[in-house]
Order: sequence, then structure tokens, then C-alpha cells
Amino acid sequence: MMRAAIVNRPLDATALLAEVASDAHGATTLFVGTVRNVNSGRAVSGIEYSAYDAMATVELQRILDETALRFTDVSVVVEHRVGTLALQEASVIIATAHAHRAPALDAQRYVIEELKKRVPVWKREHYTDGTREWVGAAS
Amino acid sequence: MLLFASYADALGASEIVLDVPEGTTVRDLVTAVRARAPHAALPPHPLVAVNQAYAGPDDVLTLGDEVALIPPVAGG
Repeated sequence: MMRAAIVNRPLDATALLAEVASDAHGATTLFVGTVRNVNSGRAVSGIEYSAYDAMATVELQRILDETALRFTDVSVVVEHRVGTLALQEASVIIATAHAHRAPALDAQRYVIEELKKRVPVWKREHYTDGTREWVGAAS
Repeated sequence: MLLFASYADALGASEIVLDVPEGTTVRDLVTAVRARAPHAALPPHPLVAVNQAYAGPDDVLTLGDEVALIPPVAGG
């Protein structure tokens, strides 16, 4: 099982865990990225995520293809949410599973690190003072 | 050309149309965009995607390519 998607609805960790479940797996991991209340010293009230949907989906799929080559027989499901999220809401969830823990953990790390480097998703932070700003944008 | 996030704000549009000659490279296209919006907050060498894959400055565009300027990504 390898699946990647950009979605415009709340993420469901339990459903993703169920997707990677198999009798052959002895290890399952779950990574949940959530909206945090502070960034670079500024109080954050929420984050608005947007994506180049078509390319983001393709780029996520490329990452999963690479993951399958690096970690034979690993299962991975990843979903990234777009839209406006409140504090503590999940923006990304990655579920991985394998017969053994090392490939399951390493595959999860690979997917999140590559996602952050390459997948065309952007966030505009909303601050408690009412201002908002694109994160990482050249100023 | 598709624009997203901070670049869409900088150019005031999510899509712009540019007339370019045959043989135009990604580098030429970036130059044309910067010439059209000289005061927009665009870096000198923004990331560019062609047909939903990252492209290099010397890649040559062909008719019908889907071209996008990609601001610094911030997913996760």
C-alpha cells in the first residue's frame, strides 16, 4: 500500500493506520504534524495552507516511489491538508508499516523530510495580533 | 504561467499570460516576468516547474507546457 493525497478536509489518523495494516507487519508508525501556537517568537492563532494541488500530489507520489526503492516492502500513506487550520489541527499525517521497526521508522523520516523540501505547499500564518504572513517567503 | 502564495500576491494574479518566442528557456521566461513586473517582490532566481516537475534554467519551453513559479515551499 502506497498512497499520497492533498485533501481539503480534516485528517483521520485512525483511517490511515487502518490503510497500512497487514498481517505481515510487525511495526507501524504514525507521524502527525500539527499547528503550533508560536513561530519565530510570534503568537500564532492558525495557519492557512495552500498547494499547487496537481504537482503536490505528483511530487508526493515521486517521494513514495523513492521510499519504495529504499525500503523494500514498506507501506506508506500520506495526506497533507489544505485550507485554514486551527491550533492543534493536523496539517499532515504519515502512516508507515513494515515487518520490522527500522524500515518503518526510517521510511517515515524520509517521507516527512523530503515533503518539507520539495512538495509545493505553502502556509500563511495568522497571528494573534490580526496580521498574517507567508512562511519562508523572500522579503 | 501559474503563480502561488506569496508570488501570486506579489504579481496580483494567480495566472499570467506571456507571449514568448519559440526556443524560450526557463531563464528567459523568468526574465520576462521580472521585466513585466519590475517592482514585484520576486527573487532573481525563483524555482520554476514545467508540467508539474521542477525545471532547470536552461530547459526549453514548448507550446502547451504548464509553467509555474514556485515560492519557497513550507509544507508539513
